[in-house]
Amino acid sequence: MKCFIGIDLGSTTTKAVVMDENAQVLGRGITNSRSNYDTAAAVSKQEALIDARFTLFRRGLSGVPALAGKVDGFLGDLERSFRHVQFLEQVDDLEATCTKNSKGLRFAGSEAALARTVAEVFRQLREESGALFAPGARRKSDFFRDIAGARFVTLAEPVCKAEGLSFELLLNVYDKSIIEVENRPPSGAMEGKFLRALDRTLAGASLPKDDVARPVKAALEIPLEETYVVGTGYGRVRLPFPKEHIRSEILCHGLGAHIMYADTRTVLDIGGQDTKAIQVDKDGIVENFQMNDRCAAGTGRYLGYVADEMKMGLHELGPMAMKATKTLRINSTCTVFAGAELRDRLALGDKREDILAGLHRAIILRAMSIISRSGGIRDQFTFTGGVAKNEAAVKELRKLIKENYGDVTININPDSIYTGALGGAAFALRAVA
Amino acid sequence: MTPKTPAAAPSPREVVKELSMVKQKEMIAANYDAITSAPETGRKVASTFVPGNLNELLMCFDLLNNLPEINAIQNGMKKVSGDYINEAEKRGHSEDVCTYVKADLGMMAKGNIAPNGKPLPRPDVLLLSYTGCFTFMKWFELVRDEYKCPTIMLQVPYQADGKITANMRSYIVKQLKDDVIPTLEKVSGVKFDIDRLREYLRESAKAEDDFVWVMQSAKKKPSPIDAYFGGVYYIGPIFTAFRGTRDATEYYRLLRGEIEERIAKGLGPVTPEGDMKSQKYRLVVEGPPNWTSFREFWKMFYDEGAVVVASSYTKVGGTYDFGFRHDPDHPLETLADYCLGVYTNRSLPMRVDLLENYMREYDADGLLINSIKSCNSFSAGQLMIMREIEKRTGKPGAFIETDLVDPRYFSAANVKNRLESYFQMIDQKRKSVASAA
Repeated sequence: MKCFIGIDLGSTTTKAVVMDENAQVLGRGITNSRSNYDTAAAVSKQEALIDARFTLFRRGLSGVPALAGKVDGFLGDLERSFRHVQFLEQVDDLEATCTKNSKGLRFAGSEAALARTVAEVFRQLREESGALFAPGARRKSDFFRDIAGARFVTLAEPVCKAEGLSFELLLNVYDKSIIEVENRPPSGAMEGKFLRALDRTLAGASLPKDDVARPVKAALEIPLEETYVVGTGYGRVRLPFPKEHIRSEILCHGLGAHIMYADTRTVLDIGGQDTKAIQVDKDGIVENFQMNDRCAAGTGRYLGYVADEMKMGLHELGPMAMKATKTLRINSTCTVFAGAELRDRLALGDKREDILAGLHRAIILRAMSIISRSGGIRDQFTFTGGVAKNEAAVKELRKLIKENYGDVTININPDSIYTGALGGAAFALRAVA
Repeated sequence: MTPKTPAAAPSPREVVKELSMVKQKEMIAANYDAITSAPETGRKVASTFVPGNLNELLMCFDLLNNLPEINAIQNGMKKVSGDYINEAEKRGHSEDVCTYVKADLGMMAKGNIAPNGKPLPRPDVLLLSYTGCFTFMKWFELVRDEYKCPTIMLQVPYQADGKITANMRSYIVKQLKDDVIPTLEKVSGVKFDIDRLREYLRESAKAEDDFVWVMQSAKKKPSPIDAYFGGVYYIGPIFTAFRGTRDATEYYRLLRGEIEERIAKGLGPVTPEGDMKSQKYRLVVEGPPNWTSFREFWKMFYDEGAVVVASSYTKVGGTYDFGFRHDPDHPLETLADYCLGVYTNRSLPMRVDLLENYMREYDADGLLINSIKSCNSFSAGQLMIMREIEKRTGKPGAFIETDLVDPRYFSAANVKNRLESYFQMIDQKRKSVASAA
């Protein structure tokens, strides 16, 4: 089956979208950019192809009578099972890497204790991993680095203590190893993992095994050809393919937003390090654009910095700002000054949620200025990028749009983070068509 | 606001090939040597600015012409302007002040060393032709304060209504007669000779003819020149201390010959990496280039097949492409017309008209604006200019922001990102027009 792939290499995350020749999205994948765009591109592409497999499974299973009304549940189980298999494979790799990195002069005298500790921590990690992928389990992140890192640190401390080993020493080994593991290109051979996951899922279910397994296996046999790949985003020049396969993210975002909402005329994208306002015509062709420059004020990184300053998770900022009873006026939109302004406000006794509401307003005000320089807002307006997931930012944006431009249809797609990659995939399809 | 010597000309192969480059380099070096050896030779030195500079008149008094903006550009390209700007900021000039000014004041504070490595002498006179840039006036106030030398200010009326009236002309001529010429006589000890001025003006007009021919060669496809990155070299002699000299006439004669040869061979512009091969995008550019990352900036264009066919920056020291030439038969009046017509002295509507004319005459694909962070005078209104050009021509515009000589304000990744987006946007538009047709 012909696949057209768009990869958006952002400063924070790398996204991929797989499209079929009928311009239907088959799959989406995301990973952290890890300062290694080659690997990030490979991982996100693989993730999107995995997701595409699930789409094919869904198509195959839709005609199975025994699964009527239960396809979602089954696929959910299958995916958790698959993720668990995938996780365990990476855990194996991480353990082998940690073991390899526990040798050498600097570990003289503690090698044996270190080996026992590593073995024990990974034993525990495997043992408890089932719970991480159990139905309803909430994971703070889907990236291996984040899940494994958080659990490793929690499990390792008591084990180190019991062994009389320095926790710092083990952390050094871990830090070095996770970077190696993370930067290793993903292994292929997805099929085996799917089959293992299928066996596990079917083992615990009261379903006619053959009826279910047959369409899944048939879907697995469909080859997913990478017919054309288009790269975009800051890491685009790092992509291992020729220049014709590279598109600017402005064009990709414009086209992606058009595909999501055909009546889009103005697009705002607030990403990790830039904010873009793009005007597109009725075909999704870019007419004009403006970006922040020389300064990251008003970008996603601003919120990241604020989250670090407040010792909060990035995803916790929006919900807290939503609890505000008033919006404080924050004058500085400078990312670095935000920290000073924040501490100053806290010292004055202002509430965190009110300050946060003000900070969200500040970033949106910056975006409004970029929008107006690009030519203002025309109906319909589509908001994309990581910050579109932040409800407090969206609330401020809606308010300011209403004040400045009146009633405008505002589109925010739950998959908006994939807008650039979607546009890339569409360009890939067009390149061949 | 002007060019630089092709001193840092790229590969020896090109230097050998382009005789005009060698010639210009020699001219600039000789001028710096004459200026820095003034204390020994006893020659007098005038400082003046590029827009509205009265080089032919200064030559009538045997005055050497030192142009502070050119020094700032030289220092920008040699990557020393950053230090000078820091020095000026240390002395109290704010971050937002024009970086030409700060590079100059910083250079003065740090020994006033000319690009030839020798100290610049104290100027004997400051001559300001006030042609639209308010900063120039403040700049010379600071320089005057430092050197306590005679200062002449020629008030050039702003072309607010888009035309030059007889009143404007006579107002300038009167100042030339009553103030500028008598002061220059006093400073130099040389009596004014109008026939000498006529002689220089005749020379200017010759050079101007060839210069215009060269710039307008960009109407051809492929264009044999880049009217911005190459253009800043081509304006060198005529915008600075050489207009009116035989050397300048000779330079433009050589240059024209070289360009004629390129046309005959069907060659594109010379770039630091050799002849430009494909020309996918023809652009008109508004605003000066960035000097501290000039090469890197240029590369972003030729790597993508973008050639600049016309630019407003190459008109700041005189606008010749609509017929104006220095006229030896009306020597003072022609100086007035020259000052009135420079790009910096033109109103926003005039700038829009000029750019629109370039878009059409040079069959450009779009207008690119390089807005200068520290130039409040000319950055104001540029977004409006872009919109208006888009509206009138239906061609896409784009906006990037850098600075003149402050290395802190050139964000390569950002500029490249915008330029590439812009070029792809032009492509996309072309395709959609083609498919609609």
